[in-house]
Amino acid sequence: MILGWLLAILIAGGIVAWPLARLHPLLSRSIALLAVTLDLVLVLYLAARDFGDGNTGTGWHQELDWNWIPQFGIHFHFGLDGLSLLLVLLTLFLAVVAVVVSWDDITTAVGFYHFNLLLIVAGILGVLLSLDLFLFYFSWELMLVPMYFLISIWGRERRVYAAIKFFLFTQLSGLLMLIALLALYFAHYRSTGIYTFEYQDLLGTQLSPQAAMWIMLGFLAAFAVKLPIFPFHTWLPDACSEASAATNLILASLMAVSAAYAMIRFLLPLFPDAVHTISPIMIVLAVIGILYSAILAFSQTNLMRLIAYASIGHLGFVMLGIFAGNALALRGAVMTIIAHAISIGALFLVAGSIEKRVHSREIESIGGLWDTVPRLSGVALVFALAALGLPGLGDFIGEFLILIGTYQAHIAVAAVAACGVLAATFYALRFVQCAFQGPNHHSWQLPDLAPREALILGVLMVVLLWLGLYPQPVFETLGQAANHAPALWR
Amino acid sequence: MTSIPMADGLILGGILFALGLAGLLLRRNLLLILVSIEIMLNGAGVAFVAAGSRWGQADGQVMFLFILAAAAAEVSVGLALLLTYYHRRQTLDADSVNEMRG
Amino acid sequence: MLRLLWLVPAIPLVSALALAVLRLSQKAVAWLGTCSIAASSLISLLVSISFVNAPPVSGAYTQVLWRWFDVNGLRPEIALYLDPLSLIMMVVVAFVSFLIHLYSTEFMSGDDGFGRFFAYMNLFVGCMLTLILADNLLLLYLGWEGVGLCSYLLIGFWYRDPANGRAGRKAFIVTRAGDTAMVIGLFLLFHELGTLNIQDLMHRAALQWSIGSTGALAAAFLLLGGAVGKSAQLPLQTWLPDAMAGPTPVSALIHAATMVTAGVYLIARMHVIYSLAPQAQFAVAVIGAATLLMAGFSALTQHDLKRVLAYSTISQIGYMFLALGVGAWPAAIFHFMTHAFFKALLFLGAGIVIESLDGEHDIFRMGGLRKELPVAFWTFLIAGCSLAGLPLITAGAFSKDWIIWGAYSAANGSAGLWVVALGGVFLTALYTFRMIFLVFFGQKKSQVTRMPGPAMVVPCIILAFLSIAGGYVKTLFSNYLGTVLHWDSTVTHGVSFGENTSEAITSLVFLLGASLAYMLFLRRRQWAASMVSRPMGNLLHRFWLSDWGMDWLYDRIFVRPVVWMARIGKGDLVDVFYAGIGRLNEIAWRGMSRTQSGKLRWYAAAIAAGAIVLIGVVIFS
Repeated sequence: MILGWLLAILIAGGIVAWPLARLHPLLSRSIALLAVTLDLVLVLYLAARDFGDGNTGTGWHQELDWNWIPQFGIHFHFGLDGLSLLLVLLTLFLAVVAVVVSWDDITTAVGFYHFNLLLIVAGILGVLLSLDLFLFYFSWELMLVPMYFLISIWGRERRVYAAIKFFLFTQLSGLLMLIALLALYFAHYRSTGIYTFEYQDLLGTQLSPQAAMWIMLGFLAAFAVKLPIFPFHTWLPDACSEASAATNLILASLMAVSAAYAMIRFLLPLFPDAVHTISPIMIVLAVIGILYSAILAFSQTNLMRLIAYASIGHLGFVMLGIFAGNALALRGAVMTIIAHAISIGALFLVAGSIEKRVHSREIESIGGLWDTVPRLSGVALVFALAALGLPGLGDFIGEFLILIGTYQAHIAVAAVAACGVLAATFYALRFVQCAFQGPNHHSWQLPDLAPREALILGVLMVVLLWLGLYPQPVFETLGQAANHAPALWR
Repeated sequence: MTSIPMADGLILGGILFALGLAGLLLRRNLLLILVSIEIMLNGAGVAFVAAGSRWGQADGQVMFLFILAAAAAEVSVGLALLLTYYHRRQTLDADSVNEMRG
Repeated sequence: MLRLLWLVPAIPLVSALALAVLRLSQKAVAWLGTCSIAASSLISLLVSISFVNAPPVSGAYTQVLWRWFDVNGLRPEIALYLDPLSLIMMVVVAFVSFLIHLYSTEFMSGDDGFGRFFAYMNLFVGCMLTLILADNLLLLYLGWEGVGLCSYLLIGFWYRDPANGRAGRKAFIVTRAGDTAMVIGLFLLFHELGTLNIQDLMHRAALQWSIGSTGALAAAFLLLGGAVGKSAQLPLQTWLPDAMAGPTPVSALIHAATMVTAGVYLIARMHVIYSLAPQAQFAVAVIGAATLLMAGFSALTQHDLKRVLAYSTISQIGYMFLALGVGAWPAAIFHFMTHAFFKALLFLGAGIVIESLDGEHDIFRMGGLRKELPVAFWTFLIAGCSLAGLPLITAGAFSKDWIIWGAYSAANGSAGLWVVALGGVFLTALYTFRMIFLVFFGQKKSQVTRMPGPAMVVPCIILAFLSIAGGYVKTLFSNYLGTVLHWDSTVTHGVSFGENTSEAITSLVFLLGASLAYMLFLRRRQWAASMVSRPMGNLLHRFWLSDWGMDWLYDRIFVRPVVWMARIGKGDLVDVFYAGIGRLNEIAWRGMSRTQSGKLRWYAAAIAAGAIVLIGVVIFS
């Protein structure tokens, strides 16, 4: 029941927040903040109630199953286990951050902005909780249009280009997934005579290897584009370079969360053999992506683009972890998703804070900020270090587990990917050098971190440090994944 | 009363339709294009009537009445547009009405 | 008392955090920053005393703080491991760190980054102690990367000059290249042996691997990659001379006394693996020998006082590697200790000199400072003698003699290595006294503007004392360390002379080097000048000055290709493909939009033609 409330609160909050902005923008903002905070509190309550005692339940910790369109076997079926709990928590946490960051960044069409924001969050939660593939697809597509608006209305100069590019990439790949989903649906009908979109029922569908491969590729297309992985990534830098910081937080961090989750929850268990067949290709793509994005991040001059490429590199590690076929690596992938969402999201926020002060995203026109905003610079340094995989911060744990897991199966791949960590040093240090160090050519005299910024970035920093030094709770929660999870969990 | 063979009726309809089409394509004056459309409609109407009489059913004639009604409506709208256009442009050249080009 | 062990790394870490977050006055920063290290070194001393008085039964003390994570068989802990080896390292590092912090309170006073400096320095000490005390390789790697980070931050401490930032990035990236090899070594060790706990690893390696097995070799070489990077040995030594861009106390602490010897510590810590991989161990010796000679030659030609010392550091660590490579484990650690004392002192003295001459680094513009800066002169002289190995008195002579004898007599030793080590002694004496003569003797070339205060002088005097006295604990040291790093000093292969002869020859070589320096750089400077002016001499001079052209080589092989690729790839080549699809659509769009001519009669004709075609299809098919 609570799961239904989670979504209802977000959608209702969005619908209420939209018109209220006419009365006063503050009302709209508070409603949005209230909605996401309430959700976060609810999920924390769930976590404390069901996960605190360390029981290793085999079923879903929370389940909700309503009929939606029974003729077609479509249900409102939500379920929560360790994996989804972690990512739901992460999503809501970053959603709160996004709302707070937007507080004075967004001044136009405030109501519509928050409506879109909450709708996206609802979509992501829907993806993370759905146990009905139609509902999953519905939630997946629910994110698209609001995100299109977020980019195209509150973006920078080339926002329309970026928004259309984003929309085309995700929409086309989503259509491929729809076709694959329907193919799976009918294949299941053919072998059992039952029309159903139910996850548990579809898990056992008998498919010929060839059919399984094609259907899997359809799903993979959607997930790979949204994650994104090389070579389907090019929409992300364009979108990030145009969108506002809070939008980028959602775009690069949370959408990736939903895509990676979908791979782990749906792709691996539904088509284990097809995934196994294709994994060498995906691993190679992942490694190429890691190195390629590191080099490209090194060459970027737009801060947001630089961070976007850094994000693609981290997601290459996630991809590697998912397809390495190893329990260590898979857990590392989850850890990397979480740490990446926080560290890259925080870097976007830092870039947003810089932009707010110097009115530019071009790295050359910044420079020498340490003189005038030492705290902001120090905070940025920490997140840059997280991005380059410094031990003690969350990203390292994830990447280390992915690499050590990959090593068990593919030694050479692990060695090359480890060089990717080295390559991350190039862009992270270049970012620090170009933006903060060096002489203060422009004679900036800027205000340092405002309390709100300091609070947000400080909390993110503490979480990263916690993930780096004591990640065990995460792994324990993860260990309580439901029993239909891939064999790798055990 | 000798019945006219259906083929003759259809040929007449076809000739009328073809003449109308030719007029539509070759004429540049909008008014004459409208007239050509009327001729085409009447060609179709003749074909309906001929076919109706072949099967001894009234449907063909009913259809013709519909066509007449539709034609009347079309002409009234068409003429109104045409008049407006003429007031604006002082011409009835169909080729000058190309503001909707891609 | 042993339970306080966790405080040793924790205090500096916490105070680093406090210094970073709080806004304190300069005085408060100095107190907090220095007292935290003082407390840490005091506790380390107390812990050591109780450890030595009542050693645990197993010979080592492990303190588990918490389990880091536990995933499918990989279960590293945040745990500290104290045994004689880590104990010696811990005490030396903590104590030298304290002295350098004390020195820094005066040296850095007035700098607008005072708080930042002490935050970084405290963080460094915390990370270094974590590295030393780590009970598993993952925690060691945490400390390892942590000290690398602090090194980067402190080299680029004066960030306004982009050159400093460049030096910092170079240091971080070059050492991280080595670390990448090391982390792959960690993967290998975990894959083969199923744990990352150091003691378990050594235990299992001894059981599972035979001598010279591939696993042991690969692991040893991969770990060596990390050690070579961090300790600035061939072929990754190029970062250390540039690292002198940082403030002088940083050079003293990080780039002389502590961090750069982490590689030595790593190899000593993992010595079982190296014993199982004789080829890798021999490679350590060869790398050490080659480095000590090459860096010695480079040190001979430098003009910058700190760069001379930097090359000297590389060369001395080469000695330690040589000792590790031949199996003279305790000698390496002993040399680490004496080196920490005298090299830190040399840098602190250099700091006083440079400070007093308003930031003058060029030794050819110094001179005659003997009278002006007596304390600096005497301490510098003591440290220099210790570095060069003035026999019988100085600590450096004891440790170096030990290594040189080991290079000949130890299990992997040979006459060739012994000769190289002797050559190193000659070079060391030559460049050390060149430096001393040029800086403190001869005629005065620049005016002293600032005299060192007590906070700078006291650490120098203490270190000067240790640079002498440190040598006399050799036997104690060797016995104590022997429980961990056993070196059977009974000679196993045929030698034609004994330890005393070796020491005598070493002393002779030292005298030779020192007197040549006296001739060339004090008595007859024109000789040195004329040597350099000859074509051959000039060529060699330039070659050595540029560190054997290694920087040039790396620039061509690594830096430029990466920069080139980045420049080429900036616009994202993959996007060209998608842009191509977009372009195709655009072309199709242009073609189609032609048909929308807006001409009514064309549309009608098209409709008629379409209808005719359709009717034709229906009729004729």
